[in-house]
Amino acid sequence: MANADMQRPKARPLSPHLQIYSPLINMVMSIVHRITGAALYVGTLLLAWWLVAIASGPDYFAYVNGIMGSPLGLIVLLGYSWALLHHMIGGIRHLIWDTGRGFDLASVDRLSWGTIILSLALTVMLWIWGLSMRGGI
Amino acid sequence: MSTTLRPTPSPTEARIRTPLAKARGLGSAKSGTDHFWLQRVTAVSNFVLVVVVLLQIARLAGADYATVKTAMKSPLLSLPLLLLVLSGMVHMRLGMQTIIEDYFHSEGRKVLLLMLNTFFVILVGLTCVYAVAKLSFGA
Repeated sequence: MANADMQRPKARPLSPHLQIYSPLINMVMSIVHRITGAALYVGTLLLAWWLVAIASGPDYFAYVNGIMGSPLGLIVLLGYSWALLHHMIGGIRHLIWDTGRGFDLASVDRLSWGTIILSLALTVMLWIWGLSMRGGI
Repeated sequence: MSTTLRPTPSPTEARIRTPLAKARGLGSAKSGTDHFWLQRVTAVSNFVLVVVVLLQIARLAGADYATVKTAMKSPLLSLPLLLLVLSGMVHMRLGMQTIIEDYFHSEGRKVLLLMLNTFFVILVGLTCVYAVAKLSFGA
């Protein structure tokens, strides 16, 4: 009897999963930090592809440049640049926390909101600046 | 023949650990805070290098081939770019390792993914290095 019970353990209550909690800004920023990190990981393929294209010569560069300059390509690059800036600013937040500072709830919320606001603002600024320079180095 | 055997030390006495092992402070895991520390070091170097590289690459948006190639030949771009690739390789490998260890609990799948992680990082990283080196030194 005891053995049979042990083989089929009763369904125990699990600790709450992610979807149980109402989203808090610091929790969302924590998740987004990991997602942007993973996206940047895969996105290094874009950098490698672009560098190989330049090294391969004008024909292949024109082909790759055409894809990256297409509407879909620009959306991907826009997302990639935002992910990079967001992960960088989120990283600074973590470095601040590493010093033991900013752990009171008000600071946690302020740092988290600051991360998303600053990352969006810097992405817009980067693109306005980059597009205004368009080819005119 | 009267050899007195030393009594088995209790775990709290920890007499089995040599002074050297104690000094190294790594325990049975054979690694300490390396992962944490290296992730921080490369976070800082990545930050500086991304700023330097991004400001130059963003200006190349829509530029023609000759302009891009000339820019890539400049050590002011290629050197920080190579440093960023190296620093980024370490950082992204550690980060993905954490993600894999968090979500994959079956030992076989975890070990396989950790290997693929290393392969991916080296493949992408050295591809970038090769391309930049070719542009810097070659045709």
